[in-house]
Formats: sequence, C-alpha cells, structure tokens
Amino acid sequence: MQTETKGEHFHPPSIIGTILRKLHIDIPLFIGLFLTCALSFLILYSASGQNVALLIRQAARIGIAFVVMIVLAHINPRQFYRHSAMLYVVGVMLLIAVLVVGLVGKGAQRWLDLGFFRFQPSEMIKITTPMMIAWFLSGIALPPKPKQLLMAGIMIIIPTVLIAKQPDLGTSLLVASSGAAVLFFAGLSWRFMLATGLVLTSLAPVLWHFMRDYQRGRVLTFLNPEADPMGKGYHIIQSKIAIGSGGIHGKGWLGSTQSNLDFLPESSTDFIFAVFAEEFGLSGCLGLLILYLLIISRCFYIAVQAQDTYNRLLAGSLTLTFFVYVFVNIGMVIGVLPVVGVPLPLISYGGTSMVTLLAGFGILMSIHTHRKLLPT
Amino acid sequence: MVRIYAFKDPLAENRMFLSRVVVAFIFIILLMFGLVARLIYLQITGHEHYSTMAKSNRIKSVPLPPTRGIIYDREGRVLAENRPSYSLELVPEQIKDLNSTLLRLQSLLNISDEKIAQFLKQKKRAKHFSSIPLLLRLTDEEVAKFSVVRPHFPGVDVYARLVRYYPYGFLTAHVVGYVGRINEKELKNLPVSEYRGTHYVGKVGIEKIYERQLHGQTGYSEIETNAQGRAIKTISSSDPEPGANIYLTLDIDLQKTAYDALQGHKGAVVAIEIKTGDVLVFISRPGFDPNPFVYGISQKAYNALQLSEDRPLFNRALRGQYPPGSTIKPFIGLAGLEYNITEFQHKLYCPGFYQLPKFKHKYRDWKKWGHGLVDLNDAITQSCDVYFYDLARTLGIDRIHTFLQKFGFGEKTGIDLEGEKSGLLPSRAWKRKAKNLPWYPGETLITGIGQGFTQVTPLQLARATATLANQGKVVMPHLAASIINANYATAPQSEPEKHITLQEKNVQDIVSAMINVVHGERGTARTLRTGINYLIAGKTGTAQVFTVKQEEKYKEEELDIKLRDHALFMSFAPVNDPQIAVAVIVENGGHGGSVAAPIAGKIMKQFLMPHAGSEGEVAIAN
Repeated sequence: MQTETKGEHFHPPSIIGTILRKLHIDIPLFIGLFLTCALSFLILYSASGQNVALLIRQAARIGIAFVVMIVLAHINPRQFYRHSAMLYVVGVMLLIAVLVVGLVGKGAQRWLDLGFFRFQPSEMIKITTPMMIAWFLSGIALPPKPKQLLMAGIMIIIPTVLIAKQPDLGTSLLVASSGAAVLFFAGLSWRFMLATGLVLTSLAPVLWHFMRDYQRGRVLTFLNPEADPMGKGYHIIQSKIAIGSGGIHGKGWLGSTQSNLDFLPESSTDFIFAVFAEEFGLSGCLGLLILYLLIISRCFYIAVQAQDTYNRLLAGSLTLTFFVYVFVNIGMVIGVLPVVGVPLPLISYGGTSMVTLLAGFGILMSIHTHRKLLPT
Repeated sequence: MVRIYAFKDPLAENRMFLSRVVVAFIFIILLMFGLVARLIYLQITGHEHYSTMAKSNRIKSVPLPPTRGIIYDREGRVLAENRPSYSLELVPEQIKDLNSTLLRLQSLLNISDEKIAQFLKQKKRAKHFSSIPLLLRLTDEEVAKFSVVRPHFPGVDVYARLVRYYPYGFLTAHVVGYVGRINEKELKNLPVSEYRGTHYVGKVGIEKIYERQLHGQTGYSEIETNAQGRAIKTISSSDPEPGANIYLTLDIDLQKTAYDALQGHKGAVVAIEIKTGDVLVFISRPGFDPNPFVYGISQKAYNALQLSEDRPLFNRALRGQYPPGSTIKPFIGLAGLEYNITEFQHKLYCPGFYQLPKFKHKYRDWKKWGHGLVDLNDAITQSCDVYFYDLARTLGIDRIHTFLQKFGFGEKTGIDLEGEKSGLLPSRAWKRKAKNLPWYPGETLITGIGQGFTQVTPLQLARATATLANQGKVVMPHLAASIINANYATAPQSEPEKHITLQEKNVQDIVSAMINVVHGERGTARTLRTGINYLIAGKTGTAQVFTVKQEEKYKEEELDIKLRDHALFMSFAPVNDPQIAVAVIVENGGHGGSVAAPIAGKIMKQFLMPHAGSEGEVAIAN
C-alpha cells in the first residue's frame, strides 16, 4: 500500500517538495480546494451583483480559513487524539452556554459574542464530535458492542439535540451524520443500520410533532412547492427556473437573469448552486461535481493511508460529512430535498462554515503528512 | 482514564475500514448520479419550460395607451376632447403601511370615505405594481398641498393624465354620450390586449358606437424588470396609434337653439338635412351633464338623475315613442291619393263627429261643431278629424300599414346610435300576435288620425318628413360625417338608396296643403310665417295622453299637467328646394301649433338664414 519510504534514492529531492513537506500541505488536496475556492470567487462575483466589497470580505475569510487549515496541518494528529475528549466536552459546554444566552436574549441564538469576534460553538462541534467518537471507538475492539454503541449514540445525540434547540436543524443533522459516519466506518453492522433506519422512519410523525412551524412548512413546501408559488414555494420554484433555464451550456458568466434581477433569493449563500447552474449549464454542473468527487477521492485516499484507527475513522468521517454537505445543499437547490440551511461547501458566501470546512481538511492534511514512513 | 486494549485486531479493523470506504465511495457515486439525473431532467427535459418561465419572470410588456379620438361637430367645433387632469395615485406594493397612509392622505386632502372604499375595491382587482387612482381631478391647490409633503408619502404620486371632457355638456349628452371607467362586464367583451392600458370606454352615444375607431391601437413596450418590478431597460417598443377623430353632422349652434327653445319643457327635436340625411339637431330635454360620468359620478347624484320624474337620462329623440297625432294626416292623405280612393278636391261634410254604420259610438272631431264642408286641403290645414276617419275607413288598415311602412314608421331608422326604438305601426298580424285579438274597424279610424296603437319616435317623424319632402327618396339619417385617422379618412358606409314610387302631383297637393298649415289664413301653425322669405310646409299634431270619455269634455286647465296632450310638429323648408326637415315633440305641451311649431321655426330660420344680420356669409347647408 505505502508508496513512500524514507531515503533519497526513492524520492528525488526538490526544494519545493521539501518546503511543502515542511508546511505539511497535501498538494493534490490543496489544488482541489484552491480550484474550488477560485471558482467560488467567479460565481460570487456574478451572484452578488458584481459586488467587489463582498468579494474582498470573502477573500479575507478564505485567507483566515487557509491559515487555520495550515496551522492544523502542522499539529500532530496525536495531539488531536489526546485532546479529543476535552475538546468535545468544551464544545458541548459552549453549546449549553449558547442556549442559556439565547434564553436570556429571548430568540434563536447560534453564536457567542466574544467581543472581538463571534464564535459559533456548533461549528466547532462539527469537528469535535467525530473526534470524540473516533477517540472512543479507537480504544475498544471493533465492531463496537451494543453497550458501547449506546454510549457512542449518546455522545452524538447530546450535541445534536443542543443544536436542534437553537434551532439550527441543518447543522444538527450534519453533526449527527458526522458522528454516524464514524460508526459506519468503525464497522457498524448493516442489520443495525437498517433497524435504525426503520425506527427513524417510524419516528417521523413524532419528529413532525416536535418540529417548529417554519420547519413543517419547509417539508410541506418541499413536497409540493406549487401550492404557494408566491410564498413558501417561491424559493424553490425560482431556483428550479434558474437551473432549468441554464440548459446544457448555460447563459454564460454574468448572464444569469434569475439572480441578477433578484428573482432568486439568497443567490450568494445557500442558493448559489442555482446561479452556477444557470450560468454554466449542465456541463458546468458536471464539472463542479467532478471537482467535488476528486476532493472526496483524495480524502478517502488519505483515510485509507492513515496509520491508526483514530486517524482512519476521523478522516473517513470528515470526508463523508463533506459529501453530505455537498449533497444536502445541491439536493435542496434542485428540489429533491427539503430546504435546510446548509451552504454549498467552499462556494457559498459566508465565513464560519468555510473555516470549519478547511479546519477539517487541515486535520486530514495533518493525518497524511505526519505518517511514520516505515519501509514495508 | 483506564483503557482496555483487549481483543483488538488492527488488521481486521483495517480490512473492515477499507471495505467500508469502498461502500461509502460507491454510495457517493450513486448519489452523485442521482443529482446528475435530476439536473438532466431540469436542464434538458425541462429546459424549454423553465426558459419560458425565466423570460416571463423578467420581461413585462407595458401597454402604451393611445390617445382617444376627438369628436367635432360639422363645423369643426370640439364636442369631446381630452384634457390633462391631475390624479393622486398609489402603488400599494411600494407602501409600507397602506392604512396609515390612506388616513394621512384623507386628513390632508379631505377625501371622502366613499372614495377610500372605491380605491380599496379597485385595488383588489388591480395587477401587482400598478398605479391605482385614489383621487381624480385635483385642483391646483390640492396638487400644491400634496407636493409639499410628497417625500413623506413613498409610493404615492400625482400624475397628469388625459381625461375626456365635453365642453358642451348638456347639449351633446344624448348624442355624443360619454365614456366611463371600464367595468367588469365590459372587460369580458373587450379585446384584452388592446385595452390593457386603457381605463375608459364609451358607455353610450357616439362614444360607444364608434368605440373601436375612437380608441385607436395600443402600443407596447417590452421592458426588462427585476423581481421588485422596477424597469431595468427597454427591449423593444411599438408606438400607439391614436384614435380616429370623428366629425359629426351635428351643428352645435342649431343644437343650442333647439335646446334653449325647449326651455321649461320636456321633449325632443330632430332636424335632418334632406339631401344628405345629415342629422343637424338631435336634442332630448331635459339633458344632463355627461362630465361627472367620466370621473365617476357619485351614487347620490346618479340616483337623483335616475329617479327624477323628468327622466333626464332618457333619450327621447331616439327612444321616446309617442302617438303621432295629426302629424300622420299628410301621409294618410297621400295614401288616399296614391290608392285613388279620393281626389284632392273631393269634399266631405264634417258635423263634428263620425259614426260607423250600425254603431252608436261617436268618433269626435277636435272641433265640437265640426268644420262643415271640407276637401283634403282643408282637412290638412284645419286638421279635420272626421275627414280622416272616413278616409281611413275606406283605405282599410292593411293599406294604411303598407303605405306608412314605406316611410319608415314602425322600424328603426338605422341611425348610428345604440338603443333606438322602432315605434309601432299596427296591423292585423301585429294585433293577432301581440294581443291575440282581431282587428276592429274602429281602430282603423283612430289610426287615421294618429291615435290608438300607433307610436313614432321623433327621429322617425323627422325622417318620414324628410322623405316626403324628398319626393319619396328615402332619407337615411346618420350622425358621423367622417372618421379621420392618421392613415385613412372614411365616411360611414351608406346604405343602398331606396325610393318610394309616388305620383308627383299627389305629393305636390299634399305639400300645398302643408304650406297652408303655415301660410294659410286658417292654418294651425300660422305663427311661423312672419319674418321669412321662403315657404315652410308643416303639420301640427296633438297627441292624446288621456282618453276623454264619451260624454265628457276635455278641459285643459283642469287636467293634471302629466295627462295633458303632447304637442307635435313636423315640417320642412324651403318648399321649392327642400333642405331641412324638423320634427318637434313637446311632452304635455298642449297644442302643436302654439308650442311645438315655433321651436321648429327657429331652427329652420337659423339654418336657412344663418347670418340674417351680417352680409356676405355663405349658408352652411351646402
């Protein structure tokens, strides 16, 4: 499996290669992320109505996010492993703090104001939850026993419920799926997964009961957007019009009428894929999906190359969660999933999710570049 | 924390992980294919559908309403025009709090609650982002008042719009008619694309019957708009084509003379130019001011018009049906001559009443002691009823019906106005059908003096008079002289000429008797002959509204004014070269000679000697 070994006769030394190695950057992954972010600028410029100030703000965020990524890439994964439990507990406590502040402030609260910047604990928990589960499972014999499974389940449910209470359904689903992904990679039995799926399906009416009105509305709108074309269904109908009118080749960069004339709401954020599809058509969409697939492939490669269970599970979960991001957003924009507030990773305008995403990729790079390269 | 590393099998775990990654990757590929399938469905299968929707999202076609054609009289004087008028309009979508805005406007400009209710009603059926008028016809003061505070009223603005105006108001109400706001019923029958930018439509009169010509062609401007409806740029546009201008045959001066002459009366005057069929005068009085109907007459004012006993909204000239009374006599006389039943010099003794053989019933003459020995000339001049009872009996109802029908009695004249009544010319067939009764001989007698079932409209009477003056060449009355548009000028289609075959001598005899009505020593309209240098032929009529019982005496002074007789007069002039025919009906006016005839006289005098005072001017008639 391992292709690299220590020694100059295996790998021709190059200055750049050495520098990159010192930087702990994984070149293929970096290129993929860089290309996607570059594409993001292109679309954002059009979707924002050629708002340069907005692009500069986004550039600053991406800059910060890349710095975070590189910093994390430098940290030895052993450190992540060691601090997993602590980070998880801190994250959960911060979530509780957010809820308390929210209760005091009487309204939906997702962030803590730390004076100099606003911090979303729910973003942090997206990474610390899979870390915690991976840490927990790496310490036991796999596949996990029912009792251990139950414990892992509780570890997932606590942050999920706390985030759902904010309320932020999209993020809570992502957190739950990131935890579930670790269990999946740890060898959770198919039978158990099937059983859980059935139980969740049968619990749907109960879930319906606990959902808020706007959330129910979203589900109903998803099932039949034409029922209220000027109201709740407007979003998804305009989105479909944008995508469909793009055709195979699209209307060309800056050629979107749906977004440029403001028919498409949230065209810079959650619905940016519709703008992309309108301007670049089916061919562009295929290109973007392939780009995502390449990133995912590289991440899986990193996961497979990882040298211990913790790293493997964490890498696999981060990768799968990234895909869930992509799928949930595009699925929502093209009208096959209900509207949940999930941005299109690496492309939508917005800072916090960008930092979390690139932090995840930083961890992946760290896992990859801190391997002990032993000859086989 | 104590961790137990028991039973851990790193190799098996690695294998398991690897297989799970493969499964996850396959799963991801499958879901990606799902997304692609959906994208293909939207972007290839549904492309056309969504493209159309995207286009209709952003492209709005904005109508450019045409300017309505102007209506002139025969001399080019404006009877209906478009005047700029200020209106206060609101775009509800641009107003945050509509209710408070309305309240503030109400206190600022003193707007009635009725207007507010009207606005809210209109708002319900208006398109999004359209400007809805709240207050029309703002005064300069109101415009100034609002302009000062305009910045505090986003979405509210004052617009100058062209609004129909009728400078002659009462004089033209029953001819020109008026326009009004398009109502829901009319909206269904109008071509939608043509009327998208139009707020007004002809409701009655010339405005209605020539609606399509007056309206013109709507232009369109294709505009790209954003989601808020704000125009971004114009893509293409086609200019509107203004409505055609219409010149009427009407003479507004004569119209005024007729209107003024009817002062204090209810009635109608119709004057026709004999050679052409041009309607010179078309008056029904009382009239009404059409202008309030344009900007929306208040319910109270409308009710007052609608419920008035004088019925000002009723077009008497077109729809009023009256017994012709003695004005029918020249036609009955002519029928007698044409059918060779009588001769002009044939004499009959009039004892003041007439009886059918074997019947006791006495058919009275208006002159209790009778006219003595009379020929047809005397019978027309003095309007002897007995002579015509006898003539009618001999003619019989069938021949009377056939003959009078030729002059257009009992059928519409076909004038270019809507809602014309056809009057009634009785016959055996009609009576059988309408009343399921046979025709009685006595009914023939009273038909002979223009009473009974017979009913004519003032327009019909004028037309029949003109046809008689025209030696039987049927006159077709019309109001539109020419319709002039940017591309064409047309006269309305004239119908094929009709001619009644009459013997010239018979017509001359009847006309000579009609001359005696005006110029003879014993004529019933002698008052007309002063101050003119031409001959007038005419016939007075008095139509009974109230039937006097057999042994009663009709006393005018004692009778309620509503039951008094209608006064009628039909005439034409000059006799040697007939140019104008006039019919006058004055409701409850009493005797035709004293009330109706002078009105006709004034019109003929003005038409034939238009500038009696000033020299060197040419008569309008030609």
